[in-house]
Amino acid sequence: MNKHVPNTIRGDHRLISDLITKPGARVLDIGCANGDLLDHLIRSHNIDGRGVELSQAGVNKCVARGLSVVQGDADLDLSAYPDDGFDYAILSQTLQATKDPKQVMQELLRIGKKVVVSFPNFGHWRNRMQLLTKGRMPVTDYLPYTWYDTPNIHFCTIRDFVELSKEVDAEVLKAQALNAKGEPIGFNAPWWVWNLIGDQAVFLLKRK
Amino acid sequence: MTDSAGTATGASETEATATESAVDAIGQQDEVNHPSSKVMRFGLDMPLKLDGGTELAPWQIAYETYGSLNEEKTNAILICHALTGDQYVASTSPVTGKPGWWEMMVGPGKPVDTDRFFVICANVLGGCMGTTGPASTSPATGEPYGLTMPVVTIGDMVRSQAKLVEALGIETLFAVVGGSMGGMQVLQWAAAYPEKVFAAVPIATAPRHSSQNIAFHEVGRQAVMADPDWLNGDYERHGKRPTKGLAVARMAAHITYMSDMSLHNKFGRNLQNRSEITFGFDADFQIESYLRHQGMTFVDRFDANSYLYVTRAMDYFDLAAQHGGKLANAFLHTKTRFCVVSFTTDWLFPTSESKAVVQALNAAAANVSFVEIDSDRGHDAFLLNEPEMFATVSGFLNSAAEARGLNA
Repeated sequence: MNKHVPNTIRGDHRLISDLITKPGARVLDIGCANGDLLDHLIRSHNIDGRGVELSQAGVNKCVARGLSVVQGDADLDLSAYPDDGFDYAILSQTLQATKDPKQVMQELLRIGKKVVVSFPNFGHWRNRMQLLTKGRMPVTDYLPYTWYDTPNIHFCTIRDFVELSKEVDAEVLKAQALNAKGEPIGFNAPWWVWNLIGDQAVFLLKRK
Repeated sequence: MTDSAGTATGASETEATATESAVDAIGQQDEVNHPSSKVMRFGLDMPLKLDGGTELAPWQIAYETYGSLNEEKTNAILICHALTGDQYVASTSPVTGKPGWWEMMVGPGKPVDTDRFFVICANVLGGCMGTTGPASTSPATGEPYGLTMPVVTIGDMVRSQAKLVEALGIETLFAVVGGSMGGMQVLQWAAAYPEKVFAAVPIATAPRHSSQNIAFHEVGRQAVMADPDWLNGDYERHGKRPTKGLAVARMAAHITYMSDMSLHNKFGRNLQNRSEITFGFDADFQIESYLRHQGMTFVDRFDANSYLYVTRAMDYFDLAAQHGGKLANAFLHTKTRFCVVSFTTDWLFPTSESKAVVQALNAAAANVSFVEIDSDRGHDAFLLNEPEMFATVSGFLNSAAEARGLNA
């Protein structure tokens, strides 16, 4: 579960960090890569942080820097965690790389009292343009992989994600679209607008 | 501690007095009863309760220490050794003259840094390097216990270590670290004495011994017992030793410590000092010669009965069974920080076993890290130069030390 969207990590991390409002919260970061977000949250919010990471290299880096991280797969290993075991379960830039995003969402909502999800928005106008004009699967700075070698097997748009949230009985507490620089788009807009101009989105959800 | 208060501070009670009884007929130190290392003795008034329902008294535990204990006594790390290890984790073995068995892990500036931590390593109960075991002299008969020694468990080993730690005046261990059977002891420590273990590092281990592993151990034990010189465990009294059987046991076990790939890389089908096969049963292949050598050198340093007892202890280990069949119950409400480590090609203690521990710890909401290290060297990897393992252990211990306020 490496983060697959380069250059935007800090933007969505900053936003996620703002969503964690409970000091000392128990936080599980699924797909924590080399532990940057966890490390940041521990330092800034004094959280009790845990991570799950698929790649061995990522886990080893995390543990060597003193983080509590286990090697695991979001699709397979979340079932071992107890209900409401964490105040926040975070899935940043990982949903699109899971085999069964719906089930992963259900597990997150079970494990975390609140859930934070960030993902690249496939509905961005640039992606739409590439598909429309070139008739090819979009390859952009943010989605740099060709269709046959991408780890991102379940792309969705912001509106798709809103629909999924309904389907898994999640209440959207907050949502924010981010621009190409990873900065929050500073005005509230209907979903269809964010869906066009948001490069990525961050959602805060909880079980209904 | 036979001499009560006098030896309660017995960390310094080394067995330096080489009395006549401490030296055997050929002038060698009697490491079984009078080890060269430190030893803590517990008298008839301080029996050790055993899981088998009996008590052992008097009894003794041989140990080594490295580094120094801080004033608050908060920097002690207990290293638990594997099946045929000993207390000489980071110093020369008095029997083989070889360096400590984990010097890459333990020592000044090493991941288990003896410049910062006070390291204790004790010979296990049932062993043959100074802690009470079947080769020890039974106070009742003046002869070696042999099979009259009660069968011991991993729980008994850990209980004996807890007595030692207590006698050293240490309330809480900063960490307990060990691989293989040592890792079983680490898990047992964390489950039995959660308040005494700040951090736990079980490496290449399992929460229970698998059927396959029990099977391998049984082959080894049967090899020992099939040796005519075993004499129902009474060989010592008859001046004999079942070296052939024990060597075969070691040869079989040694195969399980390596991976197919490491055997292939190291030996392949290479012939031993010859250019052609001999159409006989000599050691034609290098792997045969290597295993024979492993078997032969092993019998010089290990007691056959001790091998039976210690393998049995591993077989009986089943942490979930001790807790109503649910492994997570072994770790309920634990505050201990865990760092679980496995190796990709370890088929004796495969990653799935470590994952079972990790999942149980997650279910118990414990603080756990887990790393699977890519290595082609099988189970033995934990004893070898594996930089990823060192980085993991050192990173984990550093952050745990910070949490315990040891980084002043």
